[in-house]
Formats: sequence, C-alpha cells, structure tokens
Amino acid sequence: MRRRWIAPSAVVWLVVAAAFFLIPLIATLLFSLRSIQTNKCCSGAAYSLIVHDHQFWSTIRLSFQLALETIAISLLLFVPTVYWVHLKLPRLRPVLSLMALVPFVVPPIVLVVGLLNLYKGAPSWFYDKPYGFLATAYVILAFPYMFFALDAGFRSIDLHTLTEASQSLGAGWGTTLTRVILPNIRVAALGGSFLTLAIVMGEFTIASLSAFKTFPPYIQVVNESQPYEAAALSLLSFLIVWAAMLALVLVGRGRPRPAQVAATR
Amino acid sequence: MIVGAFKNAHGGATLHHMHQIVQQPYRDQYWLTIKVSLITAGVGSFLGLCIAYAMIREGTPRFLRTILTTFSGVAANFAGIPLAFAFIATLGTIGIATTFIKDHLGYDLYAHGFTIFGQTGVELTYLYFQIPLMILVIAPAIDGLRAEWREAASNLGATSWQFWRYVGIPVLLPSILGAFILLFGNSFSAYATAYGLAGNSVFLIPITIGFYYSGNVVSDPHFAQALAFGMFVVLAVMMLLYVPLQRRSARWMR
Repeated sequence: MRRRWIAPSAVVWLVVAAAFFLIPLIATLLFSLRSIQTNKCCSGAAYSLIVHDHQFWSTIRLSFQLALETIAISLLLFVPTVYWVHLKLPRLRPVLSLMALVPFVVPPIVLVVGLLNLYKGAPSWFYDKPYGFLATAYVILAFPYMFFALDAGFRSIDLHTLTEASQSLGAGWGTTLTRVILPNIRVAALGGSFLTLAIVMGEFTIASLSAFKTFPPYIQVVNESQPYEAAALSLLSFLIVWAAMLALVLVGRGRPRPAQVAATR
Repeated sequence: MIVGAFKNAHGGATLHHMHQIVQQPYRDQYWLTIKVSLITAGVGSFLGLCIAYAMIREGTPRFLRTILTTFSGVAANFAGIPLAFAFIATLGTIGIATTFIKDHLGYDLYAHGFTIFGQTGVELTYLYFQIPLMILVIAPAIDGLRAEWREAASNLGATSWQFWRYVGIPVLLPSILGAFILLFGNSFSAYATAYGLAGNSVFLIPITIGFYYSGNVVSDPHFAQALAFGMFVVLAVMMLLYVPLQRRSARWMR
C-alpha cells in the first residue's frame, strides 16, 4: 500500500497549482520589462523611472515607518496584556480571543467607515496625520495576528515557573517581563511583527479612504498613466511580502507555526 | 473602541437608509457580492483541497510541501492593489498571457467576450488568494486523516471511492465547510483587489461603500455606513455558522 513514488494525480494537481501561481508573477515581470516606446521586451526603463521618482521613496518610507510604529505599539500593548491574562486571568482568554476575531470579521472597508466617523472630532494632530489615525487603525488590524502569535508563544512556555523563579531572585515586574519573559517568546513576537509588516506594507483600503499617501495608493496612482511602472511596483510589493514571510518561516523553524495569513484585501 | 465604531455605523443610519439599502440597485449589488464570494469560495475550496491533498499524500516529496506551504503564506497575503495589477499585466487587454494566446494559439480572448475587468476577471483574481488560504487552512485537517484509516478501509475491501465517500469526506466535512465560510468572508470583504481591477465596472458592495464615502461625485457618509452595516450583518450570520463547525472539526484534530 505504501507508495514509493509520487502519485500521478498528485503530479497533475501540483503542476496546476504551480502554473496558476507562477504565470501571473512571470507575466508581471515580463510586462514590467517592456519598453515604454516600443512596447517590446526588454528594457529596464520602468525600474529606473521608479528609482528616480521621489514620490516612490516618500510613500514607501511612510509605509515602512507606519509598519514599525504599528509593530512597536502592538508589542507594547499586547505583550503585557497577554502575559497578564495568561498569568492571572486565564478566564479572560476566551474573551480576548473572541475580541481578536472582530477585526477578522469586520471588513477593512467597514472598519475605516466606523473609525473615520468615531474620530471625526479628534484633534488634527491625530486625525490628519498618518502617525495618529492610520497607525491606530493598523494596530486594530494587526491585533488578531499579534494576539494569536503571542497567545501561542505564551502557551508553549511555563509562564508560572519562570515568573516565580524570576521574582524569588528579586526581579520586579518590569525586569521579569523584559529580561525573562520576552526572550522566551521572542519567536512568537517576531512572527507577529513580520505578519504586521506584511499587512501594513500592503494595506490599501484604509489608507486610500482616509486619503493618506502610503505605498499601495501610490501604485494605484502610477497605474493610471504608467502601466509598466505599476507592474514593476506590484512585483516589488510581492517581494516585500515574500521577504516578510520568509523571515517568519526562518525565525519559527522547528517550532509551532504562528498564523500565516493576514488580510489586506 | 471597535464596539463604538459599530454603534456609530448603526446609530448614524436612520431607518430610511436601512430601507434604502435593500432597494435596487443595492439589492443587486449585495447579491452580486454574495455570488462572487460563493463562487470563489466554492472553486477555491475545491481546488485548494485537491492541491493540499496532493501535497500531503504519501509519495509526494517532503520538500514540495515546505515550498508550497511557504508560497501559500505569501500568496494568501499578496492581495489588494499589487495583485490586481499583476493580473492586468497577465490577462489585461495587452497583457502577456493575452498577447501570447493571440499570437501563438490564434485565440483572441477579448474578441470572445472575456475581460479581466469584469466579474469573471475579478473571480479569477480572487482565486489567487483564495486557493492558498484554503491550502493553509485545510492542511492540518488532512494531516488528521490518518493513514491507518485508509489502510483499514482497504483491508476491509473498500475501493478508493468508497473510502472517500464513507470515511474521508465525512471526517473532513466540518473542516471543509468551516474553511468555505472563511473563504466566503475573505472574498466578501475584499475591496482593494476589486477596486484596482474593476473599480468602475463591477459594482461590489465594498466598492459602492468606498464610492459613497470618498466619492468625487456624490458623497453620503451616512449611506455608506448603512451599506457597511448591511455587510456586517451578512458576515455576522456567516460567523454564527462558523463557530459550531469549528468546534465540531476540532474533535478529529489531535
């Protein structure tokens, strides 16, 4: 009964999968290499135009800074929260995981409509600045991924023993958290962070409806006049996600995998 | 805060708006959104299941599974605007695949009514993140399908079809249905992909909401909120179906 070789039908399905996944990527690459004058392959003109566009640098920098800010806020907020819940209030855990499902269930388009409405009266240093409003929205968006990653991390270590050991050696809460707990959940925290990076770098809906110029809306603007550049940018965007996911897999090697799916559709 | 966002979306909508969103053309748009979600969830579940099984079943080299899982992680996250443009570059009017098929196979897709900017195009593009999501979600369930069950069935003289009909599918069914609902929600709430692809030609509800919220021509935030509330209701119903299925499927995964 045991097979030594791959089953023929499995080969067929895997080939179908490879074709469906790879063709759009290869086509995008070829498309981005078309010359603007002749519409033929191959020229690097689209790439050189992008590199010389200062808007490209400013939007991608903004997206990257937002990603870092979101990761920092999320870690500061959720690491102590999840730690405390695991340690002292395990009965709250189901409540928290139910709350973490909310951003999953609520489409970004609904979230942004609600948030724009909620913060309408907020001071302009918050409402009109990407670092205020947009980062807040992204922390909410990142909450489930961060939470489930951290939750899995905390579950895999012996929290009580570590805390007690640390405290009987005279450490306070702060020292315990930063020098004992954090190194033990590093993989989970990094996993959540890379997912968050991938989400924020690709998020279009919220940025576009609240009229902030981050990277994905920039691709959209470019596409209106320069399709080849847009293809090059799409490919770049794919590489960013690829890098984040590869990092996720590498840091988590040999350990239970954190959630791998983020939603930026 | 999240709860507050909802209260606002609801409280801001008078009954007049609630009445309006079930009228035409919005009723058709909800229906179109639901239809697109059902189709992509159905096709995505089926293809994802077949590919995941091909990846996991005995005989397939282990490294293929690692590659495919990692790639699914990337593809499931590669959505929105870049995905839309990747598909335009592939199957758009002057896309690579379109011109290739025309020049080398002699078949003009666009002359035969296909367009990436239409409903079929949107569905095809959605499959690019639906299938990998299905692979990621269903793989643990297929892992739970133990080889001993298959051997026991064949020892008792069952054919491959009988195994699937009486053992495989019934065990997997709750997981498949749960994944289907997840995929439905995934596609239902997609905005950026459809916007980049067919913002002006396929009127899905999220597009209409974006249109009313930031629209250059008409802007009616309250109505957008009412439409958003309608979406939320549909998703809440789906979620209510999801939770018991999840519980049931957890039983087999140990």
